[in-house]
Amino acid sequence: MSDAAAPRQMTETGGDAAAIPARPSQSPWRRAWRILRRDKAAIGAFVVLVLIVAACLAAPIYANDLARTDPFRSTLSGSIVIDGQTRKIMEASTTGLGLGTTPIGPTWHWQYMLGADNQGRDVAARLLYGGRNSLLIATAATLICLVLAAAIGTIAGFFGGWVDMVLSRILEVLWAFPVYLLAISLSIVLLTTEFWIGPFRIGSGSLILPIVIIGIIYVPYIARPVRGRVLSLRHSEFVLAAKGLGIPRWRILLKDILPNVTTTLIVYIPIMMALNIVTESALSFLSIGVQPPDASWGTIIQDGQGLLYTRPMVALAPGIAIVLTVLALNVLGDSVRDAVDPRTKLR
Amino acid sequence: MIDAANTAVSPLISARDLTKHFTVGKTMRPGSGRTVHAVEDVTLDVYRGETLGLVGESGSGKSTLGRCMTRLCDSTSGSLVFDGEDITRTGERGLLPVRRRMQMIFQDPSASLNPRRRVRDLVGDAVRVHGIRKGRAVEDWLRELMDIVGLRAEYLDRYPHEFSGGQRQRIGIARALAVEPELIVADEPVSALDVSVQAQIVNLFSELRERLNLTYVFIAHDLAVVRQVSTRVAVMYLGALVEIGETEDLYARPRHPYTEALLSAVPQARNRGRRSRIILEGEIPSPLNPPKGCKFSTRCPFAKERCHAERPELLPAGSGRSVACHYPLGSAAG
Repeated sequence: MSDAAAPRQMTETGGDAAAIPARPSQSPWRRAWRILRRDKAAIGAFVVLVLIVAACLAAPIYANDLARTDPFRSTLSGSIVIDGQTRKIMEASTTGLGLGTTPIGPTWHWQYMLGADNQGRDVAARLLYGGRNSLLIATAATLICLVLAAAIGTIAGFFGGWVDMVLSRILEVLWAFPVYLLAISLSIVLLTTEFWIGPFRIGSGSLILPIVIIGIIYVPYIARPVRGRVLSLRHSEFVLAAKGLGIPRWRILLKDILPNVTTTLIVYIPIMMALNIVTESALSFLSIGVQPPDASWGTIIQDGQGLLYTRPMVALAPGIAIVLTVLALNVLGDSVRDAVDPRTKLR
Repeated sequence: MIDAANTAVSPLISARDLTKHFTVGKTMRPGSGRTVHAVEDVTLDVYRGETLGLVGESGSGKSTLGRCMTRLCDSTSGSLVFDGEDITRTGERGLLPVRRRMQMIFQDPSASLNPRRRVRDLVGDAVRVHGIRKGRAVEDWLRELMDIVGLRAEYLDRYPHEFSGGQRQRIGIARALAVEPELIVADEPVSALDVSVQAQIVNLFSELRERLNLTYVFIAHDLAVVRQVSTRVAVMYLGALVEIGETEDLYARPRHPYTEALLSAVPQARNRGRRSRIILEGEIPSPLNPPKGCKFSTRCPFAKERCHAERPELLPAGSGRSVACHYPLGSAAG
């Protein structure tokens, strides 16, 4: 840092046209990437996320080759052999009237590593399959949300006038609903009716529904700051300079406004991912997200709610998965925000 | 000399009663909002080859006037004629050939250069849009521009944050020169720079004028800088032009009381006691609510009854000078 500042000082006082030392030119993106690469917290968070994603992608391998189980089929009668002992997957309850059954607890072996849920399905395998859905929904919803928000925010901010007026009021109407209330109302309307988009039938079990719902509900929260950023960029001196040069409006939008909005959007990606994972879990927990027998972290928590006293691991495992993922995304989000901020010094 | 030219040559750009009002605090309620009188009834001719210095304290409307003249903002009323063509209300498309011929240089080079674009694109964009050069010749022109403003051609691939303030302003100048303009409106081009760098940029401006036959409108609040670069000087106060004249003549014999007060505020190395410091009382009035008569009447030490009631027009006062004062200094009537 200090040796980089010294020669620059010299050029300020000495001949202004004198050279700054020759070195490869740094684009703002490359600079951000360099800062990020030196950020230990960011790397740690990134590694955690890669491990979680890799584990979820490997779900079929785990289920078929290691746990040797079908996580989507009830196994109410049946037994496995652990350390030479034969254990029933659904044991008769020993407490109370002895009527119900209690699923097997964590075995810490490949089979039923984290135990079974109330239908005798392997929790560990379902956790990985559920992670696929949770991450897929969160990622797709984030993309939808950012694309919509960027489009609406940019159009409103750039064109201003009545366009801005109309778009802003629509966003405010969406904004007026509490997020979960909006999600629940949308879910109920969409889940009870199946509909067609062209040849594609979207049934109640489709993952597209939670993706679209979650994608839409956060649009105002991103579109508003994007609009503000575009508005301030539109009145910035470099946009004025481009206008004075006679650069066409669409080109100013493309070359001067959008690249500067991108930084705002990138900062939102990890935070939105985290928020969407939590939202998906909440909706699935309320049975209006991912539909059974499909799993997501939220549905597994719901499955575990009746077993909270006897088999807490069923709810705990997806809970821990959510916390880990969200934490890693938030840490990464902080680091990304610092990295794209031009005020951050290179270390 | 200029006086003779004034009558013989038509101006490159000429503003007639140019006025710019901004509305602030406007809500959906009709009748709400107040009007900022940023520029009022400015009549100004800029002739080919001259450097017109535009001075005034901050808030006097000189930047707004500059932006209105380059059509970066639309004027509220009045007219603007560029080389015989009325461009007061010309649309963006029709303005394109005019944009090519007049350019603006901004005060803060770090704000006026997009941080996400390379110098090559910042300077080269307009070259392509206007078709100044085509194909291979674009690159040669960019390299030549860098040479003209005293930067190395390798810097074309750099980003603005990799330069010092003075170098950034050189890039801003290169960008303005890229379209081969005739008129350059420079809005406080050296105010954001260190004093040593200021001198280099001011020299660059003088050098470029001779080399490229440029006409400048040089906006500044630094009277010493304006005196150095300008052939004529126009003084603004509260959105109005109060005095205009040839530089040395105006600096030696100001005829408007405001000009005199402004000039007396310049610290002088060799003060021969010729000019005593005039300290104006009170603050510059708000452009939201300018005084009714002469705008300077609230602070003028010589203000008479007529000054408070009637706004003086900018009238010729001999030898290329125009003054907007009922009782100009040094005249028999005063």
